[in-house]
Amino acid sequence: MRPFTFTRVKDVATAVQEVTGQQNAKFIAGGTNLLDLMKIDVMTPQHLVDITHIALKTIEENKEGGLRLGALATNAATAYHALVETRYPLLSHAILAGATGQLRNMATDGGNLLQRTRCYYFYDTDTPCNKREPGSGCSAIKGYNRDLAILGTSEHCIATHPSDMAVALAALDAKVNVTGKDGDRVIPILEFHRLPGDKPHIDTNLKEDEIITSIDLPAKGFADHYTYIKLRDRASYAFALVSVAIGLEMEGNTVKEARIALGGVAHKPWRLPQAEALLQGKEATKANFTKVAEAYLEGAKGYGDNDFKIELARRAMVRALEQALSMEAAS
Amino acid sequence: MKTEQIGKPSNRVDGRAKVTGEAKYAAEFNAPNLAYGFVLNSAIARGTIKSIDTSKALALDGVLEVFTHENRPGYVWGDKNYQDEDSPPGSPFRPLYKSEIQFSMQPIALVVAETFELARYAATLVEVVYEPDEFESDFNANMEKAYKPKKYKSTPPQDPRGKPEEALAEAAVKIEQTYAHPSEHHNPMEMHASTVVWEGDGRITVYDKIQGVQNSQKYLTNAFGLDEAHVRVISPFVGGAFGSGLRPQYQLFLAVLAALQLKRSVRVVLTRQQMFSFGHRPKTVQRFAIGASEDGKLQAIQQDVFAETSKFEDYSEDVVIWPGVLYKCDNVKLSHKLVGLDVYTPLDMRAPGGTTGIYAMECAMDEMAYKLGMDPLEFRLKNYAEKDQNKDKLFSSKELKECYRQGAEKFGWSKRNPEPRSMKEGHNLVGWGMAHGAWEAKQQEAEAKATLTPDGKLTVGSATADIGTGTYTAMTQIAADTVGLPLENVTFQLGDSSLPKSPLEGGSWTVSSVGSAVKAVCDKVREKLLDLAQQLENSPVANVGLDEVTFADGKISLNTDPSKTVSILDALKQNGGQAIEEKVTSKPVEGQEKFSPYAHSATFVEVKVDEDLGTVKVTRVVSAIAGGRIINPKTARSQILGGMVWGIGAALEEETVMDNNLGRFINHDLDKYHVPVNADVHDMEVIFVEEKDEHVNPIGAKGLGEIGIVSVAPAIANAVFHATGKRIRELPITLDKLL
Ligand SMILES: Cc1cc2nc3c(=O)[nH]c(=O)nc-3n(C[C@H](O)[C@H](O)[C@H](O)COP(=O)(O)OP(=O)(O)OC[C@H]3O[C@@H](n4cnc5c(N)ncnc54)[C@H](O)[C@@H]3O)c2cc1C
Ligand code: SF4
Repeated sequence: MRPFTFTRVKDVATAVQEVTGQQNAKFIAGGTNLLDLMKIDVMTPQHLVDITHIALKTIEENKEGGLRLGALATNAATAYHALVETRYPLLSHAILAGATGQLRNMATDGGNLLQRTRCYYFYDTDTPCNKREPGSGCSAIKGYNRDLAILGTSEHCIATHPSDMAVALAALDAKVNVTGKDGDRVIPILEFHRLPGDKPHIDTNLKEDEIITSIDLPAKGFADHYTYIKLRDRASYAFALVSVAIGLEMEGNTVKEARIALGGVAHKPWRLPQAEALLQGKEATKANFTKVAEAYLEGAKGYGDNDFKIELARRAMVRALEQALSMEAAS
Repeated sequence: MKTEQIGKPSNRVDGRAKVTGEAKYAAEFNAPNLAYGFVLNSAIARGTIKSIDTSKALALDGVLEVFTHENRPGYVWGDKNYQDEDSPPGSPFRPLYKSEIQFSMQPIALVVAETFELARYAATLVEVVYEPDEFESDFNANMEKAYKPKKYKSTPPQDPRGKPEEALAEAAVKIEQTYAHPSEHHNPMEMHASTVVWEGDGRITVYDKIQGVQNSQKYLTNAFGLDEAHVRVISPFVGGAFGSGLRPQYQLFLAVLAALQLKRSVRVVLTRQQMFSFGHRPKTVQRFAIGASEDGKLQAIQQDVFAETSKFEDYSEDVVIWPGVLYKCDNVKLSHKLVGLDVYTPLDMRAPGGTTGIYAMECAMDEMAYKLGMDPLEFRLKNYAEKDQNKDKLFSSKELKECYRQGAEKFGWSKRNPEPRSMKEGHNLVGWGMAHGAWEAKQQEAEAKATLTPDGKLTVGSATADIGTGTYTAMTQIAADTVGLPLENVTFQLGDSSLPKSPLEGGSWTVSSVGSAVKAVCDKVREKLLDLAQQLENSPVANVGLDEVTFADGKISLNTDPSKTVSILDALKQNGGQAIEEKVTSKPVEGQEKFSPYAHSATFVEVKVDEDLGTVKVTRVVSAIAGGRIINPKTARSQILGGMVWGIGAALEEETVMDNNLGRFINHDLDKYHVPVNADVHDMEVIFVEEKDEHVNPIGAKGLGEIGIVSVAPAIANAVFHATGKRIRELPITLDKLL
């Protein structure tokens, strides 16, 4: 590992100060992603700012009648929090579909949003990768791309964002609260992650000097009709090939509101409010579900090994909508 | 012989040491002034190193040296000096030999520094300029160039038996299909590591992760021209190996090179990513053409094998022996060709050749059973092989029919609806499949020594390994039983090159080979003990032969009157305060070659396949095993369970993917190379059927390391077909293939 300096801070202001104007400084929270990447020389910060001693671990009700998740609350603490379990079971399920118990005990909610792609080539410094080394080329587009994106890709990068939690947050319309040298701002979750375009080395719209302080969940939790389906190559401890987060608000058999977010298919959690609207005021039927699924996948593009994801995503969405409707546990 | 210990489900004698961390592995032995080496691997698959600039690395404080092909000392570099006990024919890879790159991730430099992290960092500063060459890594694209090796490492394909072409042409029912098994990497939990302790004067003690310490020792003496007396290799515990430790790996060579050059102790540990830079299970494609009569009797089998090897060694494994072992068929034609690629040479991996060969054959036979409209089990019974037709010999024992019977009964096979897609549960299609398998029960020559001290403590030793299989425990049980001592009084030593000679720990032959040597040396101890007991005044066992007494509970007792006993401690007192010391060489017993020794298995599987989403869940597995005498049912069951879990991985998850643009295995870590996790493993049942074998070896045990895996993947693939009606002929069966 490259040598680096390390400092531990106790408040947000100092944290921001420590990274402002610093070449290549990084916050470290649970370290479950950053340290892995440092060991293999993919991320090479020269200065680490340990933020785990900042008082940002609490989970409490916010002003809008929703919940505020401290950026340093662990994934485990969040998933098992009584208010999250009862009011936002979709979020609990999504978090628990990820990683392992040990990892979730270390991983923080802020860090989870900022975890980096799992593209094979990104992890191998001997291969070209625009995300790791801008301008070096993308090995995946013509290489092995079974796990990679089918939506929102660019000719420079087809990586996916691997988080499960973020997919649920996207469905819930969460907001990310951040603080930087220029003060506080709120980033809606759908604007937090970005598409690769011609700058795939930039994953999110968070600025270099900004720290995530918390995540706000709006009041609406879809606790009556929700599901998180994660399809992967083994039953646990694998990233999603395709995942679907659903929240439905029903009136009889009519859909009042539908939230659908996809994971494992794009550089960010994929949500299309205009496609969701196709279900609004409609009967909850398989035919209608299929229509929405098709709308979601319009323009989807496979790269060979990952072609199957288009059909898989379509079927997974239909299944997930049915599951959220009936609230029958998946077998 | 009365047995007290053999057949008991004893806990592992080394269990406590393992769970408390007292058991030390190769990378955990410390030495004063230890330096750390980190390996730098090639970025390209083929070509030459034009230049390698180590100055930036060397400029760092604490970096001791960077070894490359440019500055490595001039050793003898003949092929012979680098061959080991498990080398295939060819020219073995020699680390840092020259500037030529023969495969992607080839080790090209060793950075040695005061700490591991410093060495790893310094390795990133080494600047390498390559002159890349065209490479061949695409198996399918190179199949047409497949060749017959001059010499097979494995059993060469036999000349045709009977009249296969005619029989096939005339057969009433035929199938012809191709099956593919991907490359796989061993991925034991413990990464390969060597700690070389510099003892001064050109002497070294090496702690190595290896399945045979004497193989490493020999390799080092040959490669470095060292005196055998100056190299001791020790490996008391191995954190899994599955064959990856059969050949000395490059970290051993590099660590020793550095230690000898720096005259300092050096440790080299590979990273998980680097575990994908050497031997692996070869990708294997097989074409099967099978003919049967309408009533289900096999008429002809043709098997054509194409298997991956490197460009520098002709690796081959026993893929083509199975038709002769598992089915009665008079007309058989076999071929076995190699596809040479710019990769590292493949390496034996748990049930080499069986895992691939039995998978393809058992799927093909399942297809045939469907085509015949026969129950797959009935079809196998109908074509039951009473003889090993490869060798034209009877089996030393074969309770496979009992495996079928007990396995089927436990599973409930008789309730199976033969129709594919006939069983459904919600979104899931339910499928039941079966397959059978075999694994040779070889016995090799082995040596053992025993020391029984006057306090009644027995120490037995042989230079074998315990790669997690339970060798320590089984050997302790055999020794304790033979001499009639409690387990606590017996210590078994292994994993030290100074111990008596043992074969590599592989091929499922350790219990039969080393176990037989342990038994033989303990028999000599018995002899000596009886002799001593008879020297006692008024000895209760005077004038009797060894077969007239029993050794148990620390006593020698007369068979005709068990109240007449001499305690072993009393007998030992006759030895003038001396210990009894014996040593033997045990060879396969005479007459054994008249028979063909195999362990057998039958596996029954239930899967649930989500019809829309393609996910497969293996809900039940029953494996019935005929493995001769079971020395320890507990460790034996663990062996079989491990094989079954691996079978799930092989069927559904495992594959090392070659990127043919780069000539590089690209999913080289455990995030992207999937093995089963707990959530993939459901109901598992192991049955050991009773099997007496008087021919196989003196202890009647067959070895269980590999029989547990061979029939599992095909049974799963067959169950997936039964569930879905889809025949996936390319492993692993991932969900995309079922959409
Ligand atoms: C083996 C393995 C399997 C996994 N499986 C899954 C899975 O199935 N699904 C899934 O969703 N995830 C999975 N993960 C990823 C895991 O969820 C993330 O590693 C974890 O959430 C990251 O959180 P952390 O606190 O450890 O982040 P760190 O590693 O500490 O940091 C990650 C990044 O976020 C930055 N950062 C952290 N906190 C803040 C903050 N408050 N403000 C600004 N920047 C910050 C850091 O600078 C760094 O760049 C897996 C991880 C591993 C190692
Ligand atoms: S897809 Fe993106 S992350 Fe993967 S190789 Fe291409 S540029 Fe790199």
